[in-house]
Amino acid sequence: MGKFWSHCITQYPPNTVNLDYSPMETLFSLKPLLAVLVSLAATPLIVASGKRPNMREGWTFVAAFLKCGIVLSMIPAILDGKQLGITIAQVFPGVSIAFRVDALGLLFAVVASCLWIITAMYTMGYMRAEKEHSQTRFFTFFAIALSSTIGVAFSANLFTLYLFYEVLSFSTYPLVTHHQDRESRVSGRKYLGYLAGSSIGLALPAMIIVYSITGTLEFTPQGILSGATASPGLLFALVLMLVFGFAKVGLMPLHAWLPAAMVAPTPVSALLHAVAVVKVGAFSVFRVLTGIFGVDVLAANGLNVPIMYIAGFTLLAASLIAMSQDNLKRRLAFSTISQLAYIALGASLLAPSALLGGALHIANHAFMKITLFFCAGAIFIGHHKKNVSELDGIGYKMPFTMGAFTIGSMGMVGLPPVAGFISKWYLCLGSIEAKEFTFLIVLLISSLLNAAYFFPIVYRAFFRKPADWVPGKKYSMAEAPALLVVPLCITALYSIVLGIIPDFPLNIMELAQTAVMQITQGG
Amino acid sequence: MNEQLPALIIIAPLITAFLVFAASWVRQKWCYPLVVAGLALSLLSALGTLVRVVSSGDIVYKMAGWTPPVGISFHIDTLNAFILPLVAGIALVNVIASKVHVESEQGENLGAFYSLYLLTSTGLLGIVATGDAFNLFVLLEIASLSSYALLAMGHPRAILASLNYLLIGTVGSSFYLLGVGYLYIVTGSLNMVDIAALLPPLFESSAVSMAFTICLLGIFLKMAFFPLHGWLSNSYTFASSAAASLIAPLTTKVMVYVMIRFMFTVFTPAYIFEAIHISDVLVGLSIATIICGAVLAITAKDFKRMLTYIIIAEIGYMVGGAWLGTRAGFTGAILHIFNDALMTFCAFLVAANIKQVVGDLRLSNLQNLFAKMPWTMGALAITAMSMIGVPPTCGFFSKWYLIQGALDGGHPFFIAALILSSVVNIVLFFRVFEIGFFEPAATHGSGGHASGAVREAPLSMVVPLLLMAAGLIVAGLYTGTLVDVLIDPAIPKGIT
Repeated sequence: MGKFWSHCITQYPPNTVNLDYSPMETLFSLKPLLAVLVSLAATPLIVASGKRPNMREGWTFVAAFLKCGIVLSMIPAILDGKQLGITIAQVFPGVSIAFRVDALGLLFAVVASCLWIITAMYTMGYMRAEKEHSQTRFFTFFAIALSSTIGVAFSANLFTLYLFYEVLSFSTYPLVTHHQDRESRVSGRKYLGYLAGSSIGLALPAMIIVYSITGTLEFTPQGILSGATASPGLLFALVLMLVFGFAKVGLMPLHAWLPAAMVAPTPVSALLHAVAVVKVGAFSVFRVLTGIFGVDVLAANGLNVPIMYIAGFTLLAASLIAMSQDNLKRRLAFSTISQLAYIALGASLLAPSALLGGALHIANHAFMKITLFFCAGAIFIGHHKKNVSELDGIGYKMPFTMGAFTIGSMGMVGLPPVAGFISKWYLCLGSIEAKEFTFLIVLLISSLLNAAYFFPIVYRAFFRKPADWVPGKKYSMAEAPALLVVPLCITALYSIVLGIIPDFPLNIMELAQTAVMQITQGG
Repeated sequence: MNEQLPALIIIAPLITAFLVFAASWVRQKWCYPLVVAGLALSLLSALGTLVRVVSSGDIVYKMAGWTPPVGISFHIDTLNAFILPLVAGIALVNVIASKVHVESEQGENLGAFYSLYLLTSTGLLGIVATGDAFNLFVLLEIASLSSYALLAMGHPRAILASLNYLLIGTVGSSFYLLGVGYLYIVTGSLNMVDIAALLPPLFESSAVSMAFTICLLGIFLKMAFFPLHGWLSNSYTFASSAAASLIAPLTTKVMVYVMIRFMFTVFTPAYIFEAIHISDVLVGLSIATIICGAVLAITAKDFKRMLTYIIIAEIGYMVGGAWLGTRAGFTGAILHIFNDALMTFCAFLVAANIKQVVGDLRLSNLQNLFAKMPWTMGALAITAMSMIGVPPTCGFFSKWYLIQGALDGGHPFFIAALILSSVVNIVLFFRVFEIGFFEPAATHGSGGHASGAVREAPLSMVVPLLLMAAGLIVAGLYTGTLVDVLIDPAIPKGIT
């Protein structure tokens, strides 16, 4: 195991990797379009078979496997240094609805589409165990949300990204408010208020300003604003508008929608509010900083500095708040806010290692956090417990679930061999490269804080006695249904695999390295 | 035959209007097929004209062979060539969608209703097609007078509301006529192109500025531009669904078209942006219109009334866009005529469907609608996205151009108003969605979910609505083509 470990560390830093960089070749390909459309195409079938649940879920699986297959089939070409692209329609002069797959986008798409398959299985178990109503609606909007997630990942320009970003906001509203009760009404309002309000109020005008300065919105490796003449003040305003406009990244003070969204059924929290939606936010910020502004423009004007500080603050503050949350899902939500700030921090530190760490964390955090949410859902289904304080001794009854939870927690803290260690390692290296030692300290403190709010849960589960404990009593296992436990074991084990052999089998490390290379050497 | 297409657009519904009335005395059931045939013929001619304009340039159709400036002519360029099929298309689809409730509501008056409907359509089509300033007044009166009557055939309060509209509308038309009179005095011509050629030496004349001001005032009255918007809400709210769905999406948009025609064809940008300096004032008034519409819409307790106030806000978009004096602003204004007509039409079709099933459009009565009318509410969701400005629905694209135009023209407050209006639209539509989705509270929540049976409107109402809603997305995706082929060539010289 040690050999593998040293193997992946010595692969670094990426600029020593021997890969000839040439201007990227974009090949015409239908695959990105198909990958986006396949889940959208499944929605009429899902609706039509609403009366036959098994067939309905069958369509979800068919779409999920097809999507994942299409996405994975693009890996070789991308690692070969090519890009796959297709233009759908020109909407403004110089702006079209277009897809272009590069390493960063593919990395995100691989993660989202693989996890959709696992989540589909989990969702089936969860929704049926809970006897939830309107399951057809649920699966329909889930499929639409996945389409828009992949759409964001493959966007060739800011406009296309914005389009799918908005579709994602609105298509997840019925999922967040699924219970249709008073609480979900209030939360739904908050959810859309933050997300749509910020994208329309900040991102849209900023996008139009960028368009009128540059005449294009295409993401380019060196950033489209690099050749433009714009005053530093305007650039400063633009960077803030775009970073806060994509509020899905959850940077404070625009983070309150995420805890509110926890009112949704757990599968939604797991795939959408730990992976798809929030990562769309992080990914958008990554794209904006690297593809619109470009590393050079950001560095020359010091535009990354405020983002760095905001991310650093969010990172610590969210962890502190998480400690005080008794509701398990809310605690996880604040942890997500904090972990998303890692990605934003990685993107804004601008050093190659930090970018690599940020890109890797998109994948690593996804697998670890979805595990934790799956566990929270399994605990709820198995024992109807929502709060941390009720979890004493639950590990006796749910050893698999809580074992997976432990792995996820270790990943969040950043302990090897779980994947979280690798991304945190690179983030730390990056802050040293960027000579921002403050953030090295911030990252290390945050690890301690993560431990402070995750390990007590593990401790309670395994080392405290259950409420109904009597001396000598044996506890029989009372796990949630297999449809819930199997997915969470898979993601937990994969989090470890990612920490030891990051390239197996999804080439995540290679994709992240290629992405960083495209960003740093594009100019 | 091909040469006569422009005339056929107007003549088909005009003649059918009389045929329908006659037919209703013999057999009432003949009316509907006749109306559909008349409007379909008009739509086909409009589409044929559009194809001809795109392929071989502007058409000047001389009525009865008389040459302008003496005779009346229809002048069709790419600008009005694409508004004509829009008007005819909406009129046709609305007839089909409203068949069920028109027959049950109008009873014996069916023939009268349909002939007024056709006359209104004739007037609106004529206003768009004509190239003669006085002829425009005549057609305006045809459209207005028949629409007063049409709007009055609804709720008992519709009569009073329509009378109010009649009084104000007549003042508006008279202002317009007076303005045209001034123009005739100074230039001796009524043909728009002819006037445009004769005006430049007279730009300094106070009679010309008087003519312009009065014409504009008349047009503003007819389109319900702030602060002249008072008549609109009641007269549309109390009208029957069929009349409202025809008049609400079209009349105001056609009047915006008339304003743009007057600004850019008759008076030319050299006059409106250089000789006189009122563009800032009018952009300011547009901002006021947008805010006023938004505020009033929030106070509305009735779904249809909310829509009428949204119409007022949208007028602000278009007038403001036209007066920005930039290429993008002009494009946005024209594009929004098309998009807003479609959006408003969809929204009123939704209102008609809900009225058909629920019987009442008070917001508090819209409970549980998502379960009851999933298709109608689905279409409303798409319409709402378009009104909010979410891509890829068409509403986003016109908003984009308008914001860009305001950016180029240096009007930050106009941008702020547009964004405010988007945000208010989120509030407005999600209030409706919340009522339809979460209420009544007793049937939802963890206790159990009585989803209730689906009780949709008849298929003849739902299918046209769904098609139009899909059209919002298609129109959005084809924005590039629309702008390149139709709007760009129409942009007057002198606008950059």
